[in-house]
Amino acid sequence: MLPGFGLALGFTLLYLSLIVLIPLSTLFWKSAGLGWAGFAQAVTAPRVVASYKLTFGASLVAAAVNAVFGLLVTWVLVRYRFPGRRLMDALVDFPFALPTAVAGITLTTLYAPTGWLGAPLAKLGVKAAFTPLGIVVALTFIGLPFVVRTLQPVLESLDPEVEEAAASLGASRFQTIFRVVLPALFPAWLTGFALAFARALGEYGSVVFIAGNMPMKTEITPLLIITKLEQYDYAGATAIATVTLVASFVLLLGINRLQAWSARLGVAE
Amino acid sequence: MASLALRARSAPTARATHEPRAVKAALTLAAVGFIGLFLVVPLAAVFVEALDKGWTAYVAALREPMALSALRLTLLTAAVAVPLNLVFGLAAAWAIAKFDFAGKNVLVSLIDLPFGVSPVISGMVFILLFGRQGLLGPWLEAHDLRIVFAVPGLVLATVFVTFPFVARELIPLMQADGTDEEEAARVLGASGFHMFRRVTLPNIKWGLLYGVILCNARAMGEFGAVSVVSGHIRGQTNTLPLHVEILYNEYNFQAAFAAASLLACLALVTLVAKTAVEWRSARARHPEEPHVD
Repeated sequence: MLPGFGLALGFTLLYLSLIVLIPLSTLFWKSAGLGWAGFAQAVTAPRVVASYKLTFGASLVAAAVNAVFGLLVTWVLVRYRFPGRRLMDALVDFPFALPTAVAGITLTTLYAPTGWLGAPLAKLGVKAAFTPLGIVVALTFIGLPFVVRTLQPVLESLDPEVEEAAASLGASRFQTIFRVVLPALFPAWLTGFALAFARALGEYGSVVFIAGNMPMKTEITPLLIITKLEQYDYAGATAIATVTLVASFVLLLGINRLQAWSARLGVAE
Repeated sequence: MASLALRARSAPTARATHEPRAVKAALTLAAVGFIGLFLVVPLAAVFVEALDKGWTAYVAALREPMALSALRLTLLTAAVAVPLNLVFGLAAAWAIAKFDFAGKNVLVSLIDLPFGVSPVISGMVFILLFGRQGLLGPWLEAHDLRIVFAVPGLVLATVFVTFPFVARELIPLMQADGTDEEEAARVLGASGFHMFRRVTLPNIKWGLLYGVILCNARAMGEFGAVSVVSGHIRGQTNTLPLHVEILYNEYNFQAAFAAASLLACLALVTLVAKTAVEWRSARARHPEEPHVD
């Protein structure tokens, strides 16, 4: 028997409780104090509902963009050899490593009407910064590593013999990819999409600068929570935060299920 | 790698298992273009904007007292948060990976919890706990203690958001290693500490280093959670990311990007370290294979 179990588990539980569980439970405790009517009123106010719609919609679009381009980037990284591939592979984690405030001010400067990318877009009549489109851009930036890093190990471990078998049975390359390769990647792909989506829902730093933050139009839910806190409306902030937190926990639970499914498929092959 | 093995096969199989050259080129270009537009252009923009008014202005922005105090505070929060979460990560991984007990899966999920919480909420819970209207607020006030809108709050929020990083790297790694080597060390008479230092630690060192690097990057770069608990008191509760925000909102773009460039360098160092660690740990785990993997 190895030593240290009691000490290690005891310390883990104590530290987990002090740092995570007790602080988080304060949220539910405070929100229970509001009463049902107060809670319902706080979380269904028009300005709050508008922020949910925006946050949810923009996160969904960004996760979808990442699902498409993340699959493309993963495919190219795993299957093709070209100069700069290792550099590109390392760069994929850049949004994960870059502090969100830096991402926020940089994207805002780039996509502002006078910026490197905003100016050409403005010529086309597209306004990116301070519109929902800008929010999608920021959320796409931060979500990319989640899709690529979830797909990459699965695509790498895919047995090439399966594709050869499909080809020798007369499948065209197109058929092989769409009927054999992509279905095998699907659970991991969906997991990556869900992870990017979950991250986008709570994202604050990279979005606040580019969003414009107009109530009812470009105000995301995390910002609304901060606004309420700054106005000392702790009850309102608590109620909205509880809804957000429950939504992300449900999502995380779904992601856990997805990962289990993905792992089972891996074993079955 | 797959492509090496495939290259040796006959031409008709290759045609059926590989995309045509033109398709390959198009897909590669599209992927490189996307990465270039979404990742490389922003990276370049940080440094171009930071050096917009020349080297002297860049250095001046970084030597300004507020910038220096923000940098000091950022280093301080990381210096507290990273070792704490490192010790926790080791303890949690030891208990979870080397022993069996009821509720293990629940514990693993609970450790991941901070990743699922919006940074804004991560900061907010500490205000609900320690703020003036908070649970412990009256008691703290009676004893003239300040936690939120002061340095302890910044540190706590940072510890919260960086909580899972080390544990999450170590758990799968130590699970894969199993317990045989440690048990052998014990049978041969090693003390618990000796066993840990000579057997466990060498096996997990690269994963541990990787977890610490990620934890540190997030600790130094955290914005949302820290922004909620800081109260934005200049020179006192401003970390580097908050300093960037204030300068930017004051339209002092060049100085904001100068401070931001430090954080971008931190991100680049993190990426390089990560790549190096991955490379070394791949070699440490399969030393006999030439690097085809």
